[in-house]
Amino acid sequence: MTTLLAWIEARIPMMRTANVHAIQYPAPRNMNFWYVFGFLATIILVNQIITGIWLTMNYEPSAQRAFASVEYIMREVNYGWLIRYMHSTGATAFFVVIYLHMFRGMIYGSYQKPRELLWVFGMLIYLALMAEAFMGYVLPWGQMSYWGAQVIVSLFSAIPVIGGPLVEWIQGDYVISGATLNRFFALHVIALPLVIVILVFLHIIALHEVGSNNPDGVDVKHPKGSLPESEKTSYKIHEHFTNRYDYADDVVPFFPHIVLKDLVAFSIFLFIFCYIMFFAPELGGKALEHPNFEIANPLKTPEHIFPVWYFTPFYAILQAVPHKLSGVLTMFGAIAVLFVLPWLDRANVRSWRYRSGLHTANLLVFAAVFIFLGYLGGTPQEPWKLIAARIATIMYFMFFVMLFLYSKHETTKPVPKRIPR
Amino acid sequence: MSEVSVDANKSAPNDNPSARSAEPESDNPRRKFLTIATSVIGAVGVAGIAVPFLSYWQPSDRAKAAGADVEVDISGIQVGQLIRVMWRSKPVWIVRRSPELIASLAAVESELRDPNSEVEQQPAYAQNQYRSIKEEYLVLVGICTHLGCSPQHLTDGDFAEHAEGVSEGFFCPCHGSKFDMAGRVFQGVPAPYNLVVPPYMFVDDNNIIIGSDEGAV
Repeated sequence: MTTLLAWIEARIPMMRTANVHAIQYPAPRNMNFWYVFGFLATIILVNQIITGIWLTMNYEPSAQRAFASVEYIMREVNYGWLIRYMHSTGATAFFVVIYLHMFRGMIYGSYQKPRELLWVFGMLIYLALMAEAFMGYVLPWGQMSYWGAQVIVSLFSAIPVIGGPLVEWIQGDYVISGATLNRFFALHVIALPLVIVILVFLHIIALHEVGSNNPDGVDVKHPKGSLPESEKTSYKIHEHFTNRYDYADDVVPFFPHIVLKDLVAFSIFLFIFCYIMFFAPELGGKALEHPNFEIANPLKTPEHIFPVWYFTPFYAILQAVPHKLSGVLTMFGAIAVLFVLPWLDRANVRSWRYRSGLHTANLLVFAAVFIFLGYLGGTPQEPWKLIAARIATIMYFMFFVMLFLYSKHETTKPVPKRIPR
Repeated sequence: MSEVSVDANKSAPNDNPSARSAEPESDNPRRKFLTIATSVIGAVGVAGIAVPFLSYWQPSDRAKAAGADVEVDISGIQVGQLIRVMWRSKPVWIVRRSPELIASLAAVESELRDPNSEVEQQPAYAQNQYRSIKEEYLVLVGICTHLGCSPQHLTDGDFAEHAEGVSEGFFCPCHGSKFDMAGRVFQGVPAPYNLVVPPYMFVDDNNIIIGSDEGAV
């Protein structure tokens, strides 16, 4: 058996890869619950791919058959309802864990040097995920699918000169039609999943090159030869890392220490996930909106139209701006500004544990504003909400402006050399 | 260093301090118990979630409805006549055999591959010389057991050119397989087995149900 494994290993480095990237990867030992969301996101990605493959076995991507084929899956295919709810609940869960994962990066300064590209890859995944989720929502071809697609695609019509032709090109027709549905299907099931998987791969490669950050923002890599033998970790860390750096007992091998912690989180996650999937898969109309149980009708817009919950903060920003092009630009700007976060934060201390109270307040207000915008974008319009959305939009962008201004000369606490015991 | 062994610390204890703790840890009965318990629960979970994914591939309720039992009124079939009905998208033949034809079935048995229907191509109640519940009515799935063509029903001596001295039978135009009027395959043809008798039952003297045989015969 060992001979066979050695034979394989000499030809393809499977154990080496497993050891470098999982088993003997040096993980900071103070990783807390905020560090489980990357693992959970990976699990959900696998769930989406597998249930998605199963759904395509019975889904029919045509304007005539799409709605009926989804009903067919729900009512007549064995466990079709379960597979579909795993997929739709998975989409909601994906955004929950991604938002928490991103907020983790923000509070612990994980995007700071040298992890800027890691953050950018993560943002690209988020962007691809939004496109993936949007197109997936069009596929059942219900009223919300249709009118959601109508609104999102029309965003591009705000672009001067080329807007109109661009929208026609995206739709493949003069209106949202079967042609649009078919291309969204192709992008949803093949193109974007491929892009996401490749980006996740790059995200992980980039992470393992620079190493994981931790709640204290302490560097766990020390220059080679700077630590005496007695201070080095007694755990087995792969030579890939120890040949280049010295590691103190700030790190533990990823397996089993971090994996087991992630498994505990996974069990808790499964309880919540299954509860929603079995008892509230529509999430009160936030995850599967009620008008979507009616087939697409190009002649009648539903009374209230909102995107699915994970887009509502950006939808509120769009509504807040009383000018078409500016509104679209502001909305996309709200996402774009996150891309440059690593360069807006000019502090050299990562974690909020050692940064100013102003920074902590700024982060918490930002989180609250984001949730509030989500509420505004996901409930029927009222006059006071318009004012509130405008204020919240300004506050959203003020997070970045203030961060840029105070981070250069921020009063920070001294960061310990080692992860505190 | 060898990448192959996961627990490399055991094979190279001299340069690896963790070997000190690794050895007693792996012998710790509580740890062993937890590892096994976690693995078993995980395996049960994987097996459980596999069920819907496997079941999803089974015929759906719609397919089951399309493949449901077919009730046929046989009162109008003349002696010697064959009617075709569709059951699960397959042709099913119902033939009303004359007493002379029934009597002639024994005559060809020496030329047949499986005259006693020992291969399970029929429900137990049709494992007889006539391969039917009532001698008079033959019910067969009209699909050749060779490669799936539907054989022709040759009568009035037309079958004799394929099987000497036998006036009536089923002849497959695709590869020349021959069956007698009980769907039994002749020797020396490509088809390996007798034609399939579907599950069926008589509701009353005039009606049969194809596809179901609860409380049959």
